[in-house]
Amino acid sequence: MESFVSSLVFWVFATGLVAFSVLTVAGRSPVSSAMSLVATMIFVGGILITLQAYFLGMMQVMVYAGAVMVLFLFIIMLLNLDQESVRKKAWVKALSGVALCGGLFWILLGGLGLGQSRPLPPVPQGSDIRDLGRLLFTEYLLPFELTAVLLLVAIVGVILLCHQVRDRAAKKGGA
Amino acid sequence: MMCTLAATFNPDRVLVGLAEWVTNALSAWPALSSLALILMSTVPLVAIFPGCFAVATWLERKGLGRFQNRIGPNRTGPFGLLQPAADGIKMLLKEDIVPAQADKFFHFWAPILAVVPAFLVLAVIPFGRQMVPAQLDIGVLYFFGVGSMSTLVVFVAGWASRNKYSMLGGMRAIAQVVSYEAALVLAAVPPIMAAGSMNTAHIVESQIVAEWVSGGNILVQNAGSLLGWHVFTPWGFCGFLLFFVASLAELNRSPFDLPEADSELVAGHLTEFSGFKYALFFLAEYVNLFAIAALAATLYLGGWSGPNFFWPAGLAESAPPAALVPGFVWLFAKMFAMLGVMIWIRATFPRLRVDQLMGFAWKFLLPLALANIVSAAFFIRLPWWAAWPISLGLSFGAYAALCVVNRQKGIGPREYRYA
Repeated sequence: MESFVSSLVFWVFATGLVAFSVLTVAGRSPVSSAMSLVATMIFVGGILITLQAYFLGMMQVMVYAGAVMVLFLFIIMLLNLDQESVRKKAWVKALSGVALCGGLFWILLGGLGLGQSRPLPPVPQGSDIRDLGRLLFTEYLLPFELTAVLLLVAIVGVILLCHQVRDRAAKKGGA
Repeated sequence: MMCTLAATFNPDRVLVGLAEWVTNALSAWPALSSLALILMSTVPLVAIFPGCFAVATWLERKGLGRFQNRIGPNRTGPFGLLQPAADGIKMLLKEDIVPAQADKFFHFWAPILAVVPAFLVLAVIPFGRQMVPAQLDIGVLYFFGVGSMSTLVVFVAGWASRNKYSMLGGMRAIAQVVSYEAALVLAAVPPIMAAGSMNTAHIVESQIVAEWVSGGNILVQNAGSLLGWHVFTPWGFCGFLLFFVASLAELNRSPFDLPEADSELVAGHLTEFSGFKYALFFLAEYVNLFAIAALAATLYLGGWSGPNFFWPAGLAESAPPAALVPGFVWLFAKMFAMLGVMIWIRATFPRLRVDQLMGFAWKFLLPLALANIVSAAFFIRLPWWAAWPISLGLSFGAYAALCVVNRQKGIGPREYRYA
């Protein structure tokens, strides 16, 4: 009963995930593509939750579906609205995309070592937030902090670039 | 006989006891009993909160009326109490207008998608002792994760309407909510640190001094259930105000109601919605309001705990004492008190400008929330005689410093960029 329910939930999430991923790529208008991507993120979060990674699942929904997608939509709006619905089919692009996906899938299959099953490391019991925090601040402290610095550099860089463009425009306007 | 009755009589446990009685009566059919448990923890929420919505609209119109030296609605029923019912009937009977150019699919789904997260977040609110619909270890995170969906819905509603006012309202809503969400989430961190858990029920329990409540005289018991509230610590006071202000912006409420600014944008993202779709948006808005107020109460105002008349429950030595006023009464009292303050603020303050709005979020609320987290960390780790001065100094020092840094230097020419 229990395993039947969990596998049913998995299949519901997995089907939704695949369906909305396809819609994301196949959608004509950028906004409906973006909304499909939101649904995809929510389904990914759902699958993480069925794997009992509650924290990761919720973070997936909150960060990607909540914050990142909101910024995506904002950028879509700031781009030219007139060109919204005139996305033509480009067969070369589509074919190269399919080839790329196939290649990635092939690499993934090799990496997972399908066929030669390995036992997974045991899942730590109890609060996964505590364990995650401990790992982040002990074993992976350096990569964690470096990622934070990387993000900071990206933000500062964007501001710098924007100000250069604006200063140049101001100089031209003045002269 | 009287004695045992008094010992087992516990208004605090009325609903929990009822739920236990029903599940016990159905214990022969496990599937049926778990179904009954699910229904008993969800149906009341779906029934009570629309009722609260009706009361809130009446209170808001009546309150605003009094603030503006008017009477407010007074024609339908005693004191105009039937006004929400009349409004509901009017909304149901109105024509549903969809603009010709609108995106039909999203225009139809936006109001429905607005209501769903508003009710979903109620699942982690502890309405009383052992009265959490869903015991989640990531309760607070779940609240913000699901709650962040409502931003997207506002944007989609604005976009789907194909109306420039709607679109501007949607854009403003996104910019505003993303900015204030950072401060809101950071303001919710200190109570999580104090409780050592994101489980909302544990956060409430961490604000009750259990040994005072279970022993001692009535004064000690009440002190134990009142003075433990986080709002009575320096970081808690600061954090509660931060959370409250940021939640006003999250809810698009005055003075942060720029997305619906009726003097500039008609009604923002709501412009092209009529009839019951409009009512659904309003329902979502008010249920969100109650949910955030309930979370604020849970994090900082002791949730369902409060001054009470306690006596031993008599079940077991370790059992929490019985209480005269049920926990959910306290929680709802706190929620309605916060609603009252929100109405008061709406009647008092003018709307912010866009640049003021953004500056306030990023230059004031966010740094203050970060400083407050540091202050809370010191308070939690140090003994009380060191914790109080350091925490006071950090929280209020940061507030004073930010006030000095952000002081307006005269009124010069203003430059507008994005709306």
